[in-house]
Amino acid sequence: MNRFDYVRAGTVAEAVQAYGAGARFIAGGTNLIDLMKYDVEKPGRLIDITRLPLDGIEEHDSGLRLGALATNAKVAYDERVAAQYPLLRNAILAGASAQLRNAASTGGNLLQRTRCYYFYDTATPCNKREPGTGCPAIGGVNRIHAIFGASESCIATHPSDMCVALAALEATVRVSGPQGERSIPFADFHRLPGNTPEQDTNLAPGEIVVSVDLPESKFPQHYTYLKLRDRLSYAFALVSVAAGVELDGDTIKTARLALGGVAHKPWRNREAEALLEGKPATRESFQQAADLIVSEAKPQSANGFKIDLARRAIVRGLEQAAAGTPQSLSDKRIQ
Amino acid sequence: MTQTFSSTGHDTFVGSPRSRIDGPAKVTGLAKYAGEFAAPDLAYGYVVSSAIAKGRIAAIESAAAEAVPSVLKVITHENRPRTAWRDKNFQDAVAPPGSPFRALYDDLIVYSGQPVALVVAEDFETARYAASLIQVRYEAQEPTTDLRAVRGDAYDPPGKREGIKPPPEPWGDADQAFGSAPIRVQGAYTLANEHHNPMEPHATTVVVEEDGTYTVYDKIQGVSNSHQYLANVFGLKPDQVRVLNPYLGGGFGSGLRPQYQAFLAMLAAQELKRSVRVTLTRDQMWSFTYRGEALQSVSLGAEADGTLTALRHDAVQGTSHYEDYQEVIVNWSGVLYRCDNVALTYRIAKLDTATPGDMRAPGAVTGVFAIETAMDELAYATGMDPIALRLKNYAESDATAEGKPFGSKELKACFTQGAERFGWSKRSPEPRSMREGRELIGWGVATGVWESMMMQSNAIATLTADGRLTVGNSTGDIGTGTYTILTQIAADTLGLPMEAVTTKLGDTRLPEAPVAGGSWTAASSGTAVMKACRNVGEQVFKLARGLENSPLANVDFDRAVFADGRIAVAGDPSRSVSMVEVMRAAGVDKLEAVEEAGPDKDFNAAYQAYTHGAIFVEVKVDEELGQVRLTRVVSAIAAGKILNPKTARSQILGGVVMGIGSALEEESMLDHRFGRFMNHNLGEYHVPVHADIYDIDVIFVDEEDKANPLGVKGLGEIGIVGTAAAITNAVFHATGKRVRDLPITIDKLL
Repeated sequence: MNRFDYVRAGTVAEAVQAYGAGARFIAGGTNLIDLMKYDVEKPGRLIDITRLPLDGIEEHDSGLRLGALATNAKVAYDERVAAQYPLLRNAILAGASAQLRNAASTGGNLLQRTRCYYFYDTATPCNKREPGTGCPAIGGVNRIHAIFGASESCIATHPSDMCVALAALEATVRVSGPQGERSIPFADFHRLPGNTPEQDTNLAPGEIVVSVDLPESKFPQHYTYLKLRDRLSYAFALVSVAAGVELDGDTIKTARLALGGVAHKPWRNREAEALLEGKPATRESFQQAADLIVSEAKPQSANGFKIDLARRAIVRGLEQAAAGTPQSLSDKRIQ
Repeated sequence: MTQTFSSTGHDTFVGSPRSRIDGPAKVTGLAKYAGEFAAPDLAYGYVVSSAIAKGRIAAIESAAAEAVPSVLKVITHENRPRTAWRDKNFQDAVAPPGSPFRALYDDLIVYSGQPVALVVAEDFETARYAASLIQVRYEAQEPTTDLRAVRGDAYDPPGKREGIKPPPEPWGDADQAFGSAPIRVQGAYTLANEHHNPMEPHATTVVVEEDGTYTVYDKIQGVSNSHQYLANVFGLKPDQVRVLNPYLGGGFGSGLRPQYQAFLAMLAAQELKRSVRVTLTRDQMWSFTYRGEALQSVSLGAEADGTLTALRHDAVQGTSHYEDYQEVIVNWSGVLYRCDNVALTYRIAKLDTATPGDMRAPGAVTGVFAIETAMDELAYATGMDPIALRLKNYAESDATAEGKPFGSKELKACFTQGAERFGWSKRSPEPRSMREGRELIGWGVATGVWESMMMQSNAIATLTADGRLTVGNSTGDIGTGTYTILTQIAADTLGLPMEAVTTKLGDTRLPEAPVAGGSWTAASSGTAVMKACRNVGEQVFKLARGLENSPLANVDFDRAVFADGRIAVAGDPSRSVSMVEVMRAAGVDKLEAVEEAGPDKDFNAAYQAYTHGAIFVEVKVDEELGQVRLTRVVSAIAAGKILNPKTARSQILGGVVMGIGSALEEESMLDHRFGRFMNHNLGEYHVPVHADIYDIDVIFVDEEDKANPLGVKGLGEIGIVGTAAAITNAVFHATGKRVRDLPITIDKLL
């Protein structure tokens, strides 16, 4: 871990102003501090934003505005979130541990970095950590890596559960920076690796997340967050599915689907969502959507199983959502 | 001395469930671990680890690190202080044959993660920061860490590791019998590389005392091993160094040998003439020992009625280039089953890794997984119930030891009682025949076996005139309950309440006892403590008998009964005397005895000693998604006398949970291009969490054993053995998929 300056910002403007090359904003620190201990991140300055007045959850337009500093636990246990956005609650509670959720912030969750082994290990090359050094995950230990949208530079995945739900819910990320405020649709917030895998998101230098805005609730009953992993709790997703559907009788009116653990960002396929709309809510329809989604998948040397797993998980997730029987958080039996 | 324990007096505490007496200290933080002891002027060392697995260090640039204020020293191979250099000085008490690793010895890199520098600073943070400034240039060579690539070069180790029995000579003709057997099964089995990962990372605090001697707090499973090692390596007389380790935050075998942090802390303390602490990071816990994967094959031939006619079990395991690590993998097959044609082989192959080491039930976890999975396959091939097949071929004597009988073997009772508790008779044997909604249900069973050993151990007992008894020796309580059971034994032997007994362990000033491992501590230290207490008891008795008007006049010691702080005459409780009063009347402040206990040579000449278990598991597997839930476990254990059913049960629970990890989750994944374990953190190396663990039911069957006066066999390892096989067997029963490569991750069930 390197030495660094520490400043505490009282306002968003102060935080933005304190930013400069090599600076990092810190809120919960649940990921950044680990990365500093591993010498992956070596910030020259930490700007503590925990005192900014951004931890509220308030009604906004016809939805909810989640302050960037609202902890994951606060969001998950908010009554309005539970009633209107249970998909988000379930995704948050499927991730990390109670202790981490108590510390981790909404904005920080968006900005957490990949769990790729090579990214964390400074003894190995990594294009995301040190651009231009190569990607040893390709042809290496990659059972947890991406099957969608990877590049020859990087096959890392985004590790968040919460973001998968936010993608399905089509949230908007409000950011503030040197150029003022702007809003970024969730789908455009994270990036695919391309040949710049060092950039996880489209945040400009010095910009900070101030809130995540949820549009009007659409899936209070018909939703699920289904997470498959290497143990029954406290592990990152091999594949996860956030699904929400609106039904008109047995017909699907709206479908939103996002996958976690499979790409550099929460993975959506709008064609598959469109394919579902107007179709009967049957296993056959779900399989068609799943087949369409995985038709784009490309395996690495050790993660080909994820393609099949994703296909099956999509079908099951849509079944759970359509039936109104979301995956239980406590009963690990998959409904 | 072959009498059973109860003849020494009353079993008031022995045999009853008692909470660990070290529990309150551990949960309140009062218990101190090796990296927590303070010293005035303590300096902190931080280890720089090699980024490559093979090659040499071309240059180490340490000027930037040395320039950081409060950095005291950067020690590398180029400037390290001199130590002993002969291999024998570095060979600790449990070292395998070879030339032990020496940190910072020269410019050669022999495994990834090997320490290449130690940065010592006034505080830990500075040491870590300075360590990040050190630039090491390597001349790298291509490493070989893929056991499959070198299995053709595997060899029978020329030097045998002490205490590790090589495979027996084959008997009959296994290959010919297999060829002509009407029923045959054959399979290749692998268990992944695993790392121990105790919660407490390895750490050593070396305190330089004013008189120039050293007090060392070392994370070790027995301080005598560190003591001998440090004295030999650093040219110290035994009384110049004292090693302590009162508590261990988990070892599982990783703390059997002194590790490089102990060497580095001592090196720095000697050089700087200052107290130094070195604590490894979690990722450095992947840098010194591991349970090495093994490539195994098992061939079983049988008659139609299930009688085994051929048994072949071959294993190849990796070792380092500098030592020939060995463990017992294949012998268990010959111990468990009666068969006329048996061939068992074990070979090792060189890899560019650290030397593997003992990890909870070393060898047995690996080998019993293979044979017990193969036996399940044979059960299906013969159409027999898996328990019936095992009973059909039940060994009544140890064919790997010239047919010597077992001192005791209540494995049949384990099967009977375990099956009853589990409800085994309700099992429908066909794979995929039991389900509940979307989940397939599988029930599997396997045998567990581990050696029951005893080691030469000493113990001291001191009774003071205030009625307090202190007992102890140098072995460690590695979290197993040793403090508690020794207290129970001591209290019962002298008829005192447990509160009157203090047990001291983990200090080289106490009588010598070996490392805590192999499940031998209860038998070894327990017997030594009992003998020391008996000796003290006899001293009090003699004092009592010599007093004027003694109620014990003319009574022989073998009629003395120790209870409630008094010595009474057997059969005549009206004749008794308080021990405290005796000592006061005699004007004696304390009575003390050191006794030695060791294996019973006559018993060992006549009998073989093993613990056994039968483990039953239920899995529920999502048919479509391959998620496995292990919903029920019954583990029935035959391990002689159970000194403390509560701590004993905890040992079995822990073993079973670790077995679940081994079967379903644990895998240190190597990138062979770098020769490096890549998932070196507890986020990506998965061990079971609470959600993975459902009901675990432990049964101890009655078993009378006479290998030692306590009748105890040891429990630290038996709980893990067989667990993985029971799980693979249950997964097969549920899904029809036979997984022979552990862990059974989701991808293997799609």
